[in-house]
Formats: sequence, structure tokens, C-alpha cells
Amino acid sequence: MMPLGADMLFKTLADPTRRALFERLCREGEQTVGALTARAGVSQPAVSKHLGVLREAGLVVDRQAGRQTHYTAQPGALAPLIDWTGQMAGFWERKFDDLEDLLRRMDQ
Amino acid sequence: MSDRRSVVIEREFAHPPERLWRALTQPHLIAEWLMANDFVPAVGHQFKLRGDWGGVLDCEVLEVEPLRTLSYTWNFAHDDPAYALESVVTFTLTPTAAGTHLRMEQAGFGASQKAAYGGAHAGWKKFLDQLDQVAGNND
Repeated sequence: MMPLGADMLFKTLADPTRRALFERLCREGEQTVGALTARAGVSQPAVSKHLGVLREAGLVVDRQAGRQTHYTAQPGALAPLIDWTGQMAGFWERKFDDLEDLLRRMDQ
Repeated sequence: MSDRRSVVIEREFAHPPERLWRALTQPHLIAEWLMANDFVPAVGHQFKLRGDWGGVLDCEVLEVEPLRTLSYTWNFAHDDPAYALESVVTFTLTPTAAGTHLRMEQAGFGASQKAAYGGAHAGWKKFLDQLDQVAGNND
């Protein structure tokens, strides 16, 4: 089975608001909670809560500067998700190997 | 970002589309490379794919365009929505000078990705266990 870390990663990214926050940090780089809230469509406490969940999953890191907290995406944390996609592809690659073998044997 | 993801596998086969089409649509041939099944190439036909690991996929034929396109649902029912899978598998054949280009797209994985746990992941675990045994027996 998948490591627990992967389960947490998938659960974390399943929430569309949280995923959108992560995507914005990936595309636009480090941002403050205030800047993220301005375009999140949810309240600042909600944004802070989502960022906390993202941090727990290792998807973002925070940096305190004065009164502001800045968040940065950690795209490397997506590795289990990329591995998963690779496994799915592996299922079909193996089936295609069997199909190739079958095609060679047909009509012989 | 879309809420649905696909896995796409493409391969070139040194066989004409006619032969490949038979392997994709005749039940006894499907059983040889994919899974045991009661497939019939008729739109609306409901069938099951039965994996070696005991998993059963619920399928329905969506599109049959002989020698070109075959599409069916590939669903795995599970009480826990996190484990249930609802996806569509589409095979597209394109004739080439050397034979046939086959494209398989399995679309519909949830953004959390975990949805596909149901059938396929159990399958991999079994495959890997078997591989492990086979490798061990060859010592």
C-alpha cells in the first residue's frame, strides 16, 4: 500500500480551495497570507487554516517576517503523486506487453 | 486545473489494425491480455472485467467504431467514495506504415488520485507479490 504520507498528500490536495492556494504559490512564488486572501474567495482565517493543512502535508513552508507570514510552495512534495501516476501507467504498459505477445501468437 | 486526470499510454504494434481490433474486441482474446470478461462489441452492452486479484470492474460499452475507436466505462464500486473509481477507457487505432499505433486513455481519475485505489492498486500489489514469488522460486 501507499505510505501514509501519500494518503495525506492526496487528501490535502482533494480540497479545491486548498489546491488553488498551492497552485498560486507554485506559479507566483512566495506570498503573504493577506495577498493570498485577497484572491481566495474565502475569509482570512479560512485561508490560514488551509495553509496550515498544506504545511502539515509538507506542501508549503512558512517564514515569519515581522508581523507577516510568508508562504512558499514545495513542489518536491508532489513526488508520491507523480509516482502514483507512473504506477497507473505501469499497469497499462504491462497489459500492452501482454497484448503484444498475444498479437504475435494470433493466427499461428 | 481540471478535476479529472487521465493516464495515456501509446504504443506502435507491428500488426495491421484488423488483428489488433480482434484482440481488443473478442472475449477469449481480451482474456489473454487484459482480464476475464463477458465483452460484446455493442454500444450499451454492460460487462465485467474480472482481475486475477478478485477485483471486478463494472463496464459499459460507449463507442464502437470498427478498426478505429473502442470506448467503455471502467468503474470500480466501493462503499467508500475515496476508493470508488469511475473512469472511461478509450482505445484509438491509427494505421501506420509498420502496422498500427494504439493509444489508450483512461480518463476520470479524481484530483485526489486516491480514487483509483479500488481495482488497479490492489492489482499491482498482487502482481508485485507474484513477481516476488516467481523471483524467489528461480533461485
